Amino acid sequence: MRYHPHTESDIREMLAKIGVQSLDELFSSIPRSLQLDRPLAVEPALDERALMEHLEALAAKQPKAVPFLGAGAYPHHVPPSVDQLLLRGELYTAYTPYQPEIAQGTVQITFEFQTFVTLLTGLEIANASMYDGASATAEAALMAIRVSNGKRTRIVVSRALHPEYRETIRTYLGAAYELVEVAFDPVTGKTNLAALEAAVDENTAGVIIGYPNFFGVVDDLPAAAKIAEAKGALCISATTEALAFGLLQGPGALGADIAVGEMQSFGNGLNFGGPGLGFFATREKFLRQFPGRVAGATVDKKGQRGFVLTLSTREQHIRREKATSNICTNHGLNAVAATIHLSMLGKHGLHALALLNWRRAKYAREQLANAGLEPVFKAPVFNEFAVHAPKDAIQRIYDAGLAGGLALDRYYPEIGDGLLLCVTELHDKARIDALVAALS
Amino acid sequence: MERFFPKSSPGAHGIQYREPLIFERSEPGRMGVSLPDAGVPETDPAAEIPAELLRGEIADMPSVTEVQAVRHFVRLSQLNYSVDTGFFPLGSCTMKFNPKVNEWAARLPGFAGAHPYLPEEHCQGILELMYRLERMLSEIAGLHATTLEPAAGAQGELTGLMMIRAWHMAHHGKPRKKVLIPDSAHGTNPASAALNGYTAVELKSNKDGVLEPATVAAAMDEDVACIMMTNPNTLGIFETHVKEIAEIVHSRGGLVYGDGANMNALLGRARPGDMGIDVMQYNLHKTFSTPHGGGGPGSGPVSVAKGLEPFLPRPTVVKDGDRYRLEFDRPQSVGKLRTFWGNVGMMVRAYAYIRELGPEGLRACSDLAVLNAQYIRALIEKEWHVPYANRSLHEVVFSDKNLKETGVTTMDVAKALIDHGYHPPTVYFPLIVHGAIMVEPTETETKETLENFAQAMLAIAAQAREEPEALKAMPQKPIVERLDETRAARKPVLRWTPEMSREA
Repeated sequence: MRYHPHTESDIREMLAKIGVQSLDELFSSIPRSLQLDRPLAVEPALDERALMEHLEALAAKQPKAVPFLGAGAYPHHVPPSVDQLLLRGELYTAYTPYQPEIAQGTVQITFEFQTFVTLLTGLEIANASMYDGASATAEAALMAIRVSNGKRTRIVVSRALHPEYRETIRTYLGAAYELVEVAFDPVTGKTNLAALEAAVDENTAGVIIGYPNFFGVVDDLPAAAKIAEAKGALCISATTEALAFGLLQGPGALGADIAVGEMQSFGNGLNFGGPGLGFFATREKFLRQFPGRVAGATVDKKGQRGFVLTLSTREQHIRREKATSNICTNHGLNAVAATIHLSMLGKHGLHALALLNWRRAKYAREQLANAGLEPVFKAPVFNEFAVHAPKDAIQRIYDAGLAGGLALDRYYPEIGDGLLLCVTELHDKARIDALVAALS
Repeated sequence: MERFFPKSSPGAHGIQYREPLIFERSEPGRMGVSLPDAGVPETDPAAEIPAELLRGEIADMPSVTEVQAVRHFVRLSQLNYSVDTGFFPLGSCTMKFNPKVNEWAARLPGFAGAHPYLPEEHCQGILELMYRLERMLSEIAGLHATTLEPAAGAQGELTGLMMIRAWHMAHHGKPRKKVLIPDSAHGTNPASAALNGYTAVELKSNKDGVLEPATVAAAMDEDVACIMMTNPNTLGIFETHVKEIAEIVHSRGGLVYGDGANMNALLGRARPGDMGIDVMQYNLHKTFSTPHGGGGPGSGPVSVAKGLEPFLPRPTVVKDGDRYRLEFDRPQSVGKLRTFWGNVGMMVRAYAYIRELGPEGLRACSDLAVLNAQYIRALIEKEWHVPYANRSLHEVVFSDKNLKETGVTTMDVAKALIDHGYHPPTVYFPLIVHGAIMVEPTETETKETLENFAQAMLAIAAQAREEPEALKAMPQKPIVERLDETRAARKPVLRWTPEMSREA
């Protein structure tokens, strides 16, 4: 086994030094009756080449076409430079920077990541990442309850938020807290503000709005923030497609107290939905309340700039049952990928890429409408949108050698023929035209 | 000074570049990506989107070329110590070698480019991989079924406790109130219990570092939902009474949660399910070699006994004939804890690892991991005090007892090891050992590496007696010396601003 360096004589000498006769004897603290007396029933070992062929065969069963589909996981171009940097062993085979003197690479990149998140969201502080957008949103709901010292027990969430985000929030809140869902306007696709106002009361800790929401619609975050503020609740914006921040105003500037969501779009592939990259930003006044690891700047003994993990007195390894979250490992390498990609995009590239996504999506929307596939909702969108589509739409898309589309009735039975599509920089005019032809 | 640095210590000076923040490399007008022409009409978003919701370029974003960005991140990477750099005996984290073929596998376009909402007939390859991994993890744990969904060990704990809660609701109509947790447990255990609405009750381990059945019996009542045990525990010691403890807990209607953080000690040697454990989370990034990534992503599958199977998160992967599919129709499920179906990128790596090792290779992992840990102990235990006499398994915990007269602390030892060219062990954990130094070498290290590390530890012990002040000044070799953590916490600076560069 190429990962196991021990020769027969190594093992003999080591056992002798330890003072035991055999490897079996090393396990003598395990009662005999609890020792497994047979080999594990897993398949026999494969050599490297056979393993690669087996994995290639499994991988080949997925289609090659770039899907016209987002819904929480977005196909974008990941520059080879990003992935080659990620393959540096110093980055991906390191661990949590518990010893900052020999982990300045990881901690500084984390600090840069946090800076990018604050720039994108327009908020003052951000953590080192969360698992994904859904769990980050659930943690935001818990934080809102914490900020009220547990006195407020209701969370209000728009039904236009990603269904899996809502299910995750429900799982995290459990029976201890009340989760109220608010309807969306079937014409615009935005959250119904009258219903929202009616649902938010003095017991409401947080109001959660998708921005853009599950339908790709740019929801009315400023209005939701005002409704939350009027009742003393925190406004939480949840974003599944962080590239939208290249075109849309940051949630912090629109009144959100917490901005959470998914940043997989920057530098990370789809990977069948995981790992994602949750982000979490909030106002400086909640410094002691927010969850997860965070990097901060400091100096060393000589006064040189350096970076460390800080504010750890909020965390489980210090506070144990009184911690602000049980999160330990986060999604550090995904945050590194996003930081590299955002650095390369930079000021000009981020806006240009977002604009490109919007323009391509607009072209697709118009062409589909011309072909008789009318939009389900009237409100403006970013790079995702729903259309009224024939029943066999998804079949037709795959039959044409394309991929994508999500039937909305899976989560919203009332939108029977709604098909959710997404168009990014990976879908050029020819591909969009092919999609339109397949659905016409 | 030099005589305390054996020639075998790999630490030496090299070229390291001081690297500013990417924001400080910026020059407006530069860009590091290649963007296509739109190829479609150059429409204006302002025609559709209200002005208050639009923005243009973000002023403080950096502007650099690809070349600048590449150098920046390469230089930063060179400031990191990693498994690929050298010996990384960070206890409880299982820093074994991360096979390169696994990285290749996870990047295959059919895995990396697959959308989670692909129709079932278009993702049979991934579903098959997930199904096979689920079956193998269940077998290795000796349990009935496994969910692959949790994103990390801590989320696996949360998931497991939610299932335990749901099981109690289904069987007793109430969730019960308390969770028993030994004093040696990871901090995530009490934090996960609290997040689930349970009160954590701490149990004392005995002088041998294990839990006594009598201690559990005395604490056990009809309010206890479960006990959370790590086995081997965080001292690396096998909980010899685990079966009896499980029987005590079961007899009062409770369940047994096993923290699988230390599974690298047991592969093919013993199975949690056979010990009476009902629920256990894995950490794929520990036991099954997926990279730690400088702090994630991990992956925390949870295996359960048959009675808990109905409560697994949605969806599960099932096989009908020769077809695989996701099963969402699970009325008793605890629900979802994240989007989609788990950290599939990590599953591909773990699957590749298990398939490459096979049953003999897996067992050899644990055999050699334990051999390596016990070898280090044998090499240095005359100088480094081991507080518990009985044999541990895959890791060994030393105390700071022999440093007492010197004024040197465990943290000083850790910093000195950096100058010797090693990553320090886990320090000050578990909390029940004074000044704990927790060494987990893993199976992938050679005998020579362990001997060299032992020499460094012995040299540090000698230097502590003769030149304690020199140790306190370490590390000297990294690009920064000891960092002021108090200042970082007292005056938090958590992001770059232009003022920060002006002050520097």
